[in-house]
Amino acid sequence: MTSSAGAADPWAARLHVVSGKGGTGKTTVAAALALALASRGRRTLLVEVEGRQGIAQVFDTAPLPYEERRIAVAPGGGEVRALAVDAEEALLEYFEMFYKLGVAGRTLRKMGAVEFATTLAPGLRDVLLTGKVKETVSRRENGAPVYDAVVLDAPPTGRLVTFLDVTRAMAELARTGPIHSQAEGVVELLHSDRTMVHLVTLLEDLPVTETLDAVRELQASDLRVGSIVVNRVREQWLPDRSVASAAHGRVDAGRVRSGLATAGLDLPPEVIDGLVAETVEHAVRVAAEAAAGDRLTRESGDIARLELPQLLGGVDLGALYELAEHLCEQGVRR
Amino acid sequence: MSPATPPVLDADALIDDPDTRIVVCCGSGGVGKTTTAAALALRAAERGRTVVVLTIDPAKRLAQALGLDELSNDPGSVPGLDGSAKGGSLQAMMLDMRRTFDEMVYAHSTPDRAEKIIANPFYQTISSSFSGTQEYMAMEKLGQLCARGEWDLIVVDTPPSRSALDFLDAPQRMSTFLDGRMIRLLSSPARAGGRGLRKIVGAGFGLFAKAVSTILGGQLLADASAFVQAFDTMFGGFRERATKTYELLRSPGTSFLVVAAPEPDALREAAYFVDRLAGEEMPLAGLVLNRTHPVLAPLSAARARTAAENAGSSRLAGAVLRLHADRVDLAEREERLLARFSGAHPSVPVVRVPAVAGDISDLEGLREVGERLAAEDELPPPATGTVHQLR
Repeated sequence: MTSSAGAADPWAARLHVVSGKGGTGKTTVAAALALALASRGRRTLLVEVEGRQGIAQVFDTAPLPYEERRIAVAPGGGEVRALAVDAEEALLEYFEMFYKLGVAGRTLRKMGAVEFATTLAPGLRDVLLTGKVKETVSRRENGAPVYDAVVLDAPPTGRLVTFLDVTRAMAELARTGPIHSQAEGVVELLHSDRTMVHLVTLLEDLPVTETLDAVRELQASDLRVGSIVVNRVREQWLPDRSVASAAHGRVDAGRVRSGLATAGLDLPPEVIDGLVAETVEHAVRVAAEAAAGDRLTRESGDIARLELPQLLGGVDLGALYELAEHLCEQGVRR
Repeated sequence: MSPATPPVLDADALIDDPDTRIVVCCGSGGVGKTTTAAALALRAAERGRTVVVLTIDPAKRLAQALGLDELSNDPGSVPGLDGSAKGGSLQAMMLDMRRTFDEMVYAHSTPDRAEKIIANPFYQTISSSFSGTQEYMAMEKLGQLCARGEWDLIVVDTPPSRSALDFLDAPQRMSTFLDGRMIRLLSSPARAGGRGLRKIVGAGFGLFAKAVSTILGGQLLADASAFVQAFDTMFGGFRERATKTYELLRSPGTSFLVVAAPEPDALREAAYFVDRLAGEEMPLAGLVLNRTHPVLAPLSAARARTAAENAGSSRLAGAVLRLHADRVDLAEREERLLARFSGAHPSVPVVRVPAVAGDISDLEGLREVGERLAAEDELPPPATGTVHQLR
């Protein structure tokens, strides 16, 4: 599956980790990606790990339990299941498996003992969460993987590498035991072509800076960046040649007025002024977005780039399918 | 459709009132809390107050604008203020979580014991990566600034937590964590915890403790245990401090500003926070709806789009009409989201702060934000306002 350039096809991966600066819409993008990868009859799992119930909100359903359940049907007969992983539940699951705690496990949780243990060694939490994700990726039924792809709505970029760097987290933990061997499997999966990280950004200065930092950090840790998803791309209505001057406040109000008259609109001067002011703001934003886009292109090397439009009406379930469609058109498929 | 208009938040009245001593800016991550805090502090200073602003994690250029090039755990003066005739001044600082924690340990302990605590590997974990430490230290720093009494207004930014509520819950969580009951249970379950507890949990607890020490490693537990024991003596002081700061937040001189972007997630968090403040009897000044896109020309989207079809050869006019139509759609969505919030919280005063194009990288930019914060009704012509009037 490798091309001559040596880069693996990002969409052939089994695990897709979606991250981004806070506020860039990573949960929405993760949901759209899970839908896109489920098209043509596939089955995908969308996983969240931060206890935010972001998936339930995007799909407008009741909060998810710690249990995989179908959340959407994809075009072409596919399905998306969703899971909200909880570190404490995952820890109890391990204890249950290896120590047969029974009811005592629940009592301990109520006392806060489990939270205490995961707080004591912050790495433990991440090992447990990634461990559960790995289990869903490698689970098989009748000789075939249960999920064609797993999409992880990961922590934001600031915490991403710490989260994925299970090796480092393991250093805090015991050198043997069930969790240790589980963690080794996780490390192997995350640092292979079977896992791709997708970074969601907006065409604004700070998100682009954070994305480029994340790319460097991920690559330094031998984690693969599959794509950069530019989210909420707004329509540019002004012709390219007018943008720069308009951004500096130079909009020919006379030309606007006569053009509007041609279109059958005879507007009072203060309305024209308002339209001109909006045009200047639009141009400033377009110019800033273009500059941010150029920087992204210059500094992100040959990483694939996807674009999703801004949906002025907001994101509801229908819009999610629309975004998934955009992803499919840009080559996202299993 | 004409939803009830929420009362207007008058930011100038808030910062000009000499009885306002503390303003806390809170909200979920990425909504512009830090910028709002800095803009408000600058405005208050230029209107004559003696102000300090505590920022948590400012973007690099904003930090530079505030003269925060160097990490210092103490306030420094912000150069370049206007209106010095009014006698105001502005100092700014950036929270250094680790140093604040260290200082706290020294303040509540003998030097010997403090050294011991700080050298404990477990202390390193707690002081740098425990999820509530930043919130706790922000509160502690606020308490310190207040105790110094050098400023008549303190503006506080809150940590970029996942949820706005973390700010209120962190000290309590941290206290529970540090009070040592759990660590004693884990390190020597046979002796600690009391008979009642052992009876409930039964033999399961022994197994659990064994499992935990297998997973975490015996050394880590030993370190943690030593840490908590050393910490025990100063714990009373810590708790007292946290309680005092909490009381400070409930005092009449304190006001909370909830900051939100016009997005569903941010407004949902804002709503939780407003309810929570009411439950804690903490004074809410209002909601700052940050980075809105008000319509500047009263022309409906439908009319603009139809006209754009007929604009013929005038590409400029066509573009102007289409970008206006998009802006109307966006503004309508923002107003709809705000109306949903205000419908559930009709008494919360609101101010919309129109987006400033580009990054805020200097005092001029902060001044601009400050003006927008304070001047809902007197924006550059033609006045903004709800889209509903424009139809």
